[in-house]
Amino acid sequence: MDDKEMKKMVLDYVKREYLEEGDDREITESTPLISGGIVDSFSMVSLKRFLEKKFSIAIPDADASPEAFDTVNSIVALVNRFIK
Amino acid sequence: MFSDKCRQSYINELNGIKQQGIFKQERFIHAPQGAEIEVEFPAGASTKKVINMCANNYLGLSSHPEVVKAAHEGLDVRGYGMSSVRFICGTQDIHRQLENKLTEFLGTEDTLLFPSCMDANAGVFEAVLTDQDVMIADRLVHASIVDGMRLCKAAQDTYKHSDMEHLEAKLQEHQDKRNRMIITDGVFSMDGDLAKLDKIVELAEKYDAMVFVDESHASGFIGKTGRGTHEHCGVLGHIDIITTTLGKALGGASGGCVSGRRELVELCRQRARPYLFSNTVAPVIVYGALKVMDLISKTTERRDKLEQNTIYWRKLLKDAGFDIKEGESPIVPVMLYNAKLAQDIATDLYAEGIYAIGFFFPVVPKGQARIRTQLSAAHEKHHLDKAIEAFTKVGKKYNVLGKGKKEIIEMYGM
Repeated sequence: MDDKEMKKMVLDYVKREYLEEGDDREITESTPLISGGIVDSFSMVSLKRFLEKKFSIAIPDADASPEAFDTVNSIVALVNRFIK
Repeated sequence: MFSDKCRQSYINELNGIKQQGIFKQERFIHAPQGAEIEVEFPAGASTKKVINMCANNYLGLSSHPEVVKAAHEGLDVRGYGMSSVRFICGTQDIHRQLENKLTEFLGTEDTLLFPSCMDANAGVFEAVLTDQDVMIADRLVHASIVDGMRLCKAAQDTYKHSDMEHLEAKLQEHQDKRNRMIITDGVFSMDGDLAKLDKIVELAEKYDAMVFVDESHASGFIGKTGRGTHEHCGVLGHIDIITTTLGKALGGASGGCVSGRRELVELCRQRARPYLFSNTVAPVIVYGALKVMDLISKTTERRDKLEQNTIYWRKLLKDAGFDIKEGESPIVPVMLYNAKLAQDIATDLYAEGIYAIGFFFPVVPKGQARIRTQLSAAHEKHHLDKAIEAFTKVGKKYNVLGKGKKEIIEMYGM
């Protein structure tokens, strides 16, 4: 799977998992998710679990920082570090 | 050593909080808690008499003469402090009496007192769940639940606020876990909406999950006899863990509890760290709370008056043209969307003699700034009439009357 496909997959998940019905905010690959108030650190765990399951990786808690999870771009960069 | 460098780093941090506009300052109240209070703000200013629209004094019992009298009696017959945690020599007969009263009132099997509901929430999850279990929480649960979940080794997940389809998907996803626990507030403190406990219990039965509800903003007044959201939703006896506080409607002093299935409560008695390592509520508070339980078990007069006040206040705000969060709880948020606007309006209201507070990010989501008003059975009609006069005057000044979200954001931004 190339980066473009990965980004689309993560973006789709973020929209499905975090946007409430009627929330028409546009989210792109560079939209700040955590610092932008779309995903809070409390809800971030489901995103981590999704990535681990989808890409068969284990992301250590120390690496699952709010900074690393802040945009789809940074998330995909993080995932790439753990894909063997 | 607290070196100059060290001090400067903290000064910088505090300045950062001020620059973000989220620096909190206390207002000194020179009176017992009530519908009308004398407030000193800012510190050093002369006191001002204002109508209190931001207390959790839902039943108006914080300074009720009978509660105060009972507290005096408690002081006389059981002393001031215990100087011990519960399981050494810090449990009096009255602590158990109060626990039994709460069990009866909440319709559960057993109850354990905690120093606060914050402590109950901090301790309960770790005490009853392990790394083989999962906690699935509504995304808008109270901060104390978030903290308690963080202290627990069970897996964590969340569902969109009150979204039952999303909750169901999560329950399906976690069928491989030993135990599942659905976690929600009964009444959500910022929006004032009620959890769909009937639907939640249905899903819990379908997917073999326990149900946890924080009833801090519900105990004493939600439901026909004030037992809480579970009474309102017709699921009394179906909630596995209820946590609630004595610090709001139930006298408003302090203290909280975990109430629910016998075995879960017993595990809290054995393992919950805030219970094990701090003193419980003082005798004076236990006596006051016993009187509160007595008063609200005898008659629903106070919760009925609160309900009437709520209906009246919601209608006044709507008729005046304010954009409010619909609902039936005595938490009535007046939506302003912009943080500065919410702060400015709260400041102007104070000048008009109305004490209400603006809430904005990070307490509520970005673009959801509001003034949260809270009703009390201590409010009389004339308080609310005076409050709406002030709200209308200030609302006109900022041109928000009759305006919805889109128009307010167009004028003031998010």
